[in-house]
Amino acid sequence: MLEINNLHATVGGKQILNGLTLSVGAGEVHAIMGPNGSGKSTLAYVLGGRPGYEVTQGSVSFNGQDLFALEPHERAAAGLFLGFQYPVEIPGVSFAQFLREAANAQRKARGESELSGGDFLKLAREKAALLKFDMEMLKRPVNVGFSGGEKKRAEMVQMGILDPKFAVLDETDSGLDIDALRVVGDGINAIMRAPDKGVLLITHYQRLLEVVRPDKVHVLAKGRIVKSGGPELALELEEEGYEAVTA
Amino acid sequence: MSHAATLPTRRDEDWRYADADWLAAADPVALGQWREVAVPEGETLRETSVLVEGGVTRLRIRVGKRGRYEHFALNSAGRYARLELEVALEEGAHFTFGGVTIGGGEKLQEFVTRVNHAPRSTSSQVVRAVQWGRSTGNFLGRIEIPPGSQQVDAAQNFKAILLEKGASANAKPELEIHADDVKAAHGAAIGALDEKAGFYMAARGIPPEVARKLLVRAFIADAFEALEDETQYDALLEKALAALDEAAI
Repeated sequence: MLEINNLHATVGGKQILNGLTLSVGAGEVHAIMGPNGSGKSTLAYVLGGRPGYEVTQGSVSFNGQDLFALEPHERAAAGLFLGFQYPVEIPGVSFAQFLREAANAQRKARGESELSGGDFLKLAREKAALLKFDMEMLKRPVNVGFSGGEKKRAEMVQMGILDPKFAVLDETDSGLDIDALRVVGDGINAIMRAPDKGVLLITHYQRLLEVVRPDKVHVLAKGRIVKSGGPELALELEEEGYEAVTA
Repeated sequence: MSHAATLPTRRDEDWRYADADWLAAADPVALGQWREVAVPEGETLRETSVLVEGGVTRLRIRVGKRGRYEHFALNSAGRYARLELEVALEEGAHFTFGGVTIGGGEKLQEFVTRVNHAPRSTSSQVVRAVQWGRSTGNFLGRIEIPPGSQQVDAAQNFKAILLEKGASANAKPELEIHADDVKAAHGAAIGALDEKAGFYMAARGIPPEVARKLLVRAFIADAFEALEDETQYDALLEKALAALDEAAI
């Protein structure tokens, strides 16, 4: 589904990704782990198309399409979802309005009919319940005044409503307590575990991977994948540290 | 009346950001005309105005004891469009002003307010500017608290978003405070549209032009927030956003 080939990228003129190659097939969940500064978040932003993150070499194909030929909003409409490590606050725009605009913009881009107010509410209620997220919070401005954990839960509610084909989740587990981690992990499984979907899970810790079992685990260091393995690699990393495992 | 026949120039503080060409060609008699507004003691008057044609509109308002005057204005006009409010607040009276300048091209849009406070009077002013092209949005706000005018609470806040390089905004708050038991606050900020929010919206599938409209709407809504009449509120916001739609950016 997602084929990353020899990806090089710079941020502010600084080389961060150095020939990253990775392939995630349909129905698979891959985890990327790695020390701070190894390029994990840069990879997520490059895939999402954030301005200032410049691809200098390599390619990414998403369901056979050249990902970099698409604008960020077109990537979303094509089915790519980026879960933010630090979800952005937008004062003055309610969550409900934001999400309805997003869902309908995607549907419009795909040539589908737009959701009515009632249909949208029904969908939102269902996904909020799945993530144990208070519907009342949808009336509030996007992420404003939300705790770290609430923001991450809200990201997953958005993912549920937008129903993407592929999710790149950047440290969705950070800022979550143990109970919330379980709820979010179960949510990821419920929304994204399907034969025609894929997930790239960027994380520092093993504990989310106990709930969302990855098919493969990759270690990222200095902007490239230095080791790949099964779920046992994550355990090994947790016990021995990045340096010992990648040495 | 030689006074009325004298044209101001940009050397006058209140006209320092004005369109010099427009001013030089202005009719001094027309410019010297003010609309007088009187709010009787204890009463409330709310006005809204939409500046669609260029020129200078001047209002002189006297608000009686414990009275209340509210003015909400949209300035999307050009090439030079100025709304000027001179407000005298009697004891315990209140003044609310919410203003939005929005425009592109070579438009020069401004609000000028002068508020004179009697004891225990209050005022609250919020102005937002959204400019593109080579346009300019200005807010010149003077707050006068004369000796003996205790327990006054006056606040003004100005924020501008410049959508393109070449657009500009000017804030000129002026606080003349001659009493010690008062609250007077002012704030001003000029910046660009929040790029992080723009990317966040794009990552959810919202195209840039829709994202911009949502962000601009949220930004200018601050100025009309105190407007309790929902129909008027919606109408002003809609007209403001219609001006944004004309922007070919």
